[in-house]
Amino acid sequence: MHMHKFEKIWLTFGISCLVIFLAVVGVSAFYLGNKPPSCLTTVNPEKVDQTKPFNKPGLHKVDGKDWEYELVYVASAFSYNPAKVEVPLGAKVKVIATTKDVIHGFEVAGTNINMMLEPGYVSEYTTTFDKAGEFLIVCNEYCGAGHHLMSSMIEVVK
Amino acid sequence: MAKAELKTKHKTEVEDSSSLKGTLASVFLLGAFIIVTWISVYYLFVERF
Amino acid sequence: MINSAAAKVKVDPRDAKLSMAHFFVAFSALALGGLMGLLQTLVRSGKWELPWGIDYYQILTVHGVLMGLVLTTFFIMGFQYAAVSRTTGGHSNAARRTGWIGFWVMLIGTLMAATMVLLKEASVLYTFYAPLKAHWIFYLGLTFVVVGSWLDGAAQIMTYARWRKNNPGQPSPLLSFMAVINTVMWIVATLGVAATVLFQLLPWSLGLVDTVDVLVSRTLFWYFGHPLVYFWLLPAYMCWYAIIPKIIGGKIFSDSLARLSFILFLLFSIPVGFHHQLTEPGIDPAWKFFQVILTFMVVIPSLMTAFSLFATFERYGRSKGATGLFGWFKVLPWNDARFTVPFIGMASFIPAGAGGIINASNQMDQVVHNTIWVTGHFHLTAATSVVLTFFGISYWLIPHLTGRKLTKAMNKLGIIQAWVWFIGMAFMSGAMHIQGLLGGPRRSAFSTYGGAKQAAEWIPYQIAQAVGGSILFLGIILVLIIFVNLAFFAPKGEEEFPVAEAENLEEKAPMVFENWKLWLGITAALILFAYTIPFIDIIQNAPPGSKGFQTWGKW
Repeated sequence: MHMHKFEKIWLTFGISCLVIFLAVVGVSAFYLGNKPPSCLTTVNPEKVDQTKPFNKPGLHKVDGKDWEYELVYVASAFSYNPAKVEVPLGAKVKVIATTKDVIHGFEVAGTNINMMLEPGYVSEYTTTFDKAGEFLIVCNEYCGAGHHLMSSMIEVVK
Repeated sequence: MAKAELKTKHKTEVEDSSSLKGTLASVFLLGAFIIVTWISVYYLFVERF
Repeated sequence: MINSAAAKVKVDPRDAKLSMAHFFVAFSALALGGLMGLLQTLVRSGKWELPWGIDYYQILTVHGVLMGLVLTTFFIMGFQYAAVSRTTGGHSNAARRTGWIGFWVMLIGTLMAATMVLLKEASVLYTFYAPLKAHWIFYLGLTFVVVGSWLDGAAQIMTYARWRKNNPGQPSPLLSFMAVINTVMWIVATLGVAATVLFQLLPWSLGLVDTVDVLVSRTLFWYFGHPLVYFWLLPAYMCWYAIIPKIIGGKIFSDSLARLSFILFLLFSIPVGFHHQLTEPGIDPAWKFFQVILTFMVVIPSLMTAFSLFATFERYGRSKGATGLFGWFKVLPWNDARFTVPFIGMASFIPAGAGGIINASNQMDQVVHNTIWVTGHFHLTAATSVVLTFFGISYWLIPHLTGRKLTKAMNKLGIIQAWVWFIGMAFMSGAMHIQGLLGGPRRSAFSTYGGAKQAAEWIPYQIAQAVGGSILFLGIILVLIIFVNLAFFAPKGEEEFPVAEAENLEEKAPMVFENWKLWLGITAALILFAYTIPFIDIIQNAPPGSKGFQTWGKW
């Protein structure tokens, strides 16, 4: 089986590009803390309201952790609790969320905070809120009749 | 037998190189498109929190 | 002399009947599914509401199931069945009988599932994610579609096996080889969705068990869901590699490399499902990244294909005297719909594939996951590259099977249709890509999200999608006109089933390519490597299962 010289050149270039892409995202993920949300903690989906930290949704200051705040959400068809929250500009926040019923999305529009909420699992993402403004949280995974009416709001204030 | 094969291979090789330049250019344009779009979205990711 | 004899080779009329049956179902699905798509864009423009209590998520389910499962599977099986018949000399009676049984089982399953959706018992979208719980007849219908497809595919495999037995030591005809690779890949892939439907969703929806393990179900689904899109793509590649060169009057650039690319698709399309689950909890990020690496491997046969296709065109153009770097481009047969329509599909695969690489890039997926960018992406890949190629195939295949001719008028209409489609898609998919980057979610009816500023920015793009969707619906009407004409009204005659020849007839493909034990062995090994440990982890660390929910609108 014979491969034309130009095809060898093209594939060498193409595969090298793919390798570079993988190296860039790989280093960013595993050495610079940018792994996609992959929390392994589980929770009983029928006991969410009684399970820490979901028994107290909202923004909480924490001590002695790598992050300054925890922002806890409980999703259900068709709302997020809390419906509105203010976050200080520059705060390093761990967003923690779960669902009480079906799968919901948790997407903070205009940010990299974008995770699936699945019954029985806790979803987490830690980031520094370094831009001021209004950020809409939308449900981006179909969850029923009210899917497009499900949202929340984060205001990042100075 | 082998020598004749080598000769035809060389001939087709020379013929090949000049007549696939457009293909090489086209795939590299495709490659450039992939690179530019990928870097653009990577930039968005880096720039967002 | 030999050429004209070859051009007169026909698909056996008995095989033609079964192929056409598939196409009638496929184009019916296109018609109804296309209407649904139009209505969706009109609803999302904010300027129109669905009448008679019809629900947005109901028509979204119809659109996804008809376009993504019915149109595709029926067209592909019909096309592959004809291609195998054409290149092996015809199916045996046993193979044909098996194909017919498969067709009817698929059709019955389709009608079962569709009925449940119309009754608002299954507004679960075409991915039917648990713990949304549809009526058990919906899941049983889907089971029939999958099992029917195995029987349908078995017909192709039986005929291929018979050809191999009768022609020892010979590489199989390229189109038949490619069809069988695709069918085998489909069978291996559908084991996943069959497992979740048979062992989880059916018992659960029948009330035999109370709860379902959601992450196991999703993981089995996406084990299937990624190779599903390659099941759609590979028949388009079959046309581009093994038919288009004949149409333009050229040759296949490399028969061996074409086969190799298909083997690479078989190996690397399946062990990559996690790239659809990158933002999900419960899956270790190391395993997600490992499957991202495997996903990038499946880009390679597409890079090979791009080179092969450009090379085929350039070789042909230069043989016609074209000079300069791109002179060969001008001498391609732009007036031939059988070439031009699939070519527009090929060109669309450039932004389509680029978007796919972005989607698969691990944490970069967070920029686009479940936004309407993703919808824009698959309307380029499946709904343009693949579907336009399928239209282009229909323009010679339908008349070939019905004993009619592709007339000049239908040929012209075919080219117009493809440009209408392209323009409509540019508006719709283009607007979807941008709205997605701005955060607009997918799978969503019209909403102002409580007056949020960011949501207000999305509306103009939804208007653009309605414009695009309307133009696309015009395109649907045009292609249906052509289909009905070619099936029933075009003048009788002989329309060629073009099958391309390799440039280098002395270079026979290595027989190792037909070593199924080897390739299936590697396929299985890769799947086990990519999935065993994370899947065991998912099962062992499982939380309590979920009861069913029916959170959608009912009648």
